[in-house]
Parts: sequence; structure tokens; C-alpha cells
Amino acid sequence: MEFLRPATWDEALAAKAGHPDALPLAGGTDVMVELNFDLRRPPAILDLTRVGELTGWSRDGAVVRLGAAVPYSRIIAELSGPLPGLTLAARTVGSPQIRNRGTVGGNLGAASPAGDCHPPLLAAGRDVLVEAASVRGTRLIPIDAFYTGVKRNALAADELIRAVRIPAADGPQQFSKVGTRNAMVIAVCAFALALHPRTGTVGTGIGSAAPTPRRAVEAEDYLGAVLAERGLWESGEPPDAGVLRRFGELVTAAADPIDDVRGSAGYRRHALAVMARRTLTWAWNDYRRQIRGAP
Amino acid sequence: MRVTFTANGRPVEADDVWEGESLLHVLRERVGLPGSKNACEQGECGSCTVYLDGVPVCACLVAAGQAQGREVRTVEGLGPGDGGLGLVQQAFVDAGAVQCGFCTPGLLVQTDALLARDPRPSDADIREALSGNLCRCTGYEKIMDAVRLASARAGAGREVTG
Repeated sequence: MEFLRPATWDEALAAKAGHPDALPLAGGTDVMVELNFDLRRPPAILDLTRVGELTGWSRDGAVVRLGAAVPYSRIIAELSGPLPGLTLAARTVGSPQIRNRGTVGGNLGAASPAGDCHPPLLAAGRDVLVEAASVRGTRLIPIDAFYTGVKRNALAADELIRAVRIPAADGPQQFSKVGTRNAMVIAVCAFALALHPRTGTVGTGIGSAAPTPRRAVEAEDYLGAVLAERGLWESGEPPDAGVLRRFGELVTAAADPIDDVRGSAGYRRHALAVMARRTLTWAWNDYRRQIRGAP
Repeated sequence: MRVTFTANGRPVEADDVWEGESLLHVLRERVGLPGSKNACEQGECGSCTVYLDGVPVCACLVAAGQAQGREVRTVEGLGPGDGGLGLVQQAFVDAGAVQCGFCTPGLLVQTDALLARDPRPSDADIREALSGNLCRCTGYEKIMDAVRLASARAGAGREVTG
């Protein structure tokens, strides 16, 4: 095994081009477990922790460009304003020690259906873009096209994730996750919701209840239409119980869960409907407070 | 490969390190610092918590090569350096927070980090800070006592010296 230790982004791209089967390593919270348990023996490890630009973020108007190796603890401390959904999800990752190391780039690279940051990235909008780079150049992969299968993503063998471009929130965002305790839990299932009052749309993201993270498209369309037809964006009046129930049903219908050690498919379907109703209620209460200017 | 870094203020060097080896393994087996414990090897238990460049992390999830040139501080580095115990360590002893002792090194480092950031944490803050450190003996109540005791003693010390 080789241990490749590029000091710059260009060196990292050259190393990946020269060793397409090298396994990128950032916080190590997934990769090191696989190495420790002899589950994976890559011919080379590509350590990205010395590439300084991966650990920064910037804001350009309405878009946050989040470096691939910004740890969750810094997202929580620095980005709760523009990225509230991702921040809520980051707070549920592992433990303080894990959040000091784990990164969104690593979560995307692993592409586990249970990865905590996927649902809020999907919910944040269709214009969330993964910056994938290689010596051939940079391309922007829409988040909807990024997840291609269980632990598979759209990256080519010579590509590395440089950053993720995420629209800053224009409305309330919520995240909910089911597990056996608050800390150190891989999601049994998870759900993220984002209200986008500027475009009159709703974003969703389902975690750990399908082969890939996915959005509930029909639920988004249904809720967006109801909110518009009934003038709720303007009035701030809450969607009624029938709307909440139908929204939950459509979220459940979008999932394709399996029975596994963490939970049954039936439980996941039930929990998704509950989380969909709850996150919508929480987010709408926040929205109503915002437009009415109440404390 | 060869890995060199600073451990508890002292330069250390390890040869023939396997490229997939963890920092924890290097600390315990190659540079004579077995205080950090090897329990779960998957970041679940916190027994191997060390400072890496001042940030508490699970040493089992850091590749040894990632520590090259960096500063590591382990439970062995929490004391005053004369073989005695540091404030957090003494509080754990006095509160009876040590039973089998396997989780203790990680709890000590994580508590040290908590009190450095927040000298007077609430009980909720303590539970959150220690949520990644598992103890199968104590039921955690004595550990909570120990952190409160360390916090109180550090506060009293500040009043005397301040």
C-alpha cells in the first residue's frame, strides 16, 4: 500500500490521475473503520488533510461554497445561518470527536444511503452542485445526479470532490433522524425539509430508506401546489391535518426501504410519514413567525 | 514508512509503519504511549481520544501518516509532568469515577477539552461533550460528579490566583 500525501490541490489531482484506484482519505471516520476491520485494502491511500483550500468555505451572494474537508464541528459553529438544514444534520453526526473529523466531502465520497448530510443537501434545492475535479478539468454535478447506487456516486476514477455549492437558505429548514440514542447513531431513517418561499417551492430529502438518498418529488409538488393555491405563503396559516397526512403519505411512497439490522421496511415507512409531518410543522411554525415578525 | 510527530511535547519517530495503520496503533505499540486504549476501533467508544493539533479526535480513526509533523497530546500528557496527576485526573480519582479504567483515558482528554472551552458547563453540556465516550462500569453518575468537581476546583483555583 502507498500513502500519498499531496500538499496542494494540483498535487492531489495529479496523484489521483496517477493512482485512480487510490482511496481518498479526509477525516477517516468511514475509511479508517474499513481499514481497521480488514474490510478494504486499497493499493494506495490519498490523504487530503494537507490540502488547505479544502478546509475553507466562502459565500458568494446567495451561494455557499463549502470546501470538501470542512469538518462538521466547523459547519455547526460557522454556517448555521445560511445552511440550517445541513447544520441540524451535522449536529446528529456521531459524537464530538467524530464531528471534529468527519466531512461533507467524505460523506459524499462514501455515498452511503444512511449518510446524514445527504437529505439536507437534497432538500436545499435542485441547484446544489458537487464540484468534481480532475486533471482534465472541473465539472459541476447536480446533487440529484450524484447518487447512483448503494455506496456509489457519479465520480470518475480520476476525480476528487473539491467543494459543494449550496444555495443559502431563503426559508426555514428542518431535519429529523431516527436512532436508538441521540449520539453515535447511524440513521434508521432520516428526513430533511426546506421551505423555499422565494420560489414558492418545497425541498425534501429521504435518508436510509432507499438504495440512495433521494427526494420525494411528488410530495414536494403536492405541497408546493397546496401552499400556492390556498395562499398560505402569504397568510402564514398552517396547512391543515389533511394536507399534513397526505404529505406524509407521499413521502412514504417515495421511499423504497428494506428490512435490515437497524429496522424493518415497515417501521421506516411509518417513521418517514411521522418525520415528514413533524418537520413540516416545525418549519411552518418558523416561517409563520418570520413573516409575522413575532419573536 | 517512517512517521515523525510530536507527542506530549516530545518528538517521536516510528519506522516500518504500515500505510493503513492508525495513529492509535503507533502510539500504543511503537512509541511507548499505551494510555490511549484500543477498544472498538471504529470511533464508537472514545477510549482512544487524543488531541491532534489541539482538537480531540479518536486516534483509531486517524491514519498514522496523517499525524506526520503534527502535535499529539495523549492522556499521558495531561499531568503536570512530574508523575503526579492533573486537575481532571485527580477529580476522577476523588469522585470514584474510575472502575475498570478502560474508558478513563478518553474521558479525561474529552473532559479536559470541555473545561478548556467551557470552564463551567451545565449537566446537559457535560452529557453532550461526553456522548461519544462509553463506560460500561459506572453508569456515568460518578463521571458526572468528577467533571463537576474538576470544574469547581478549576474555578476555585482561578479565584485564588486571579
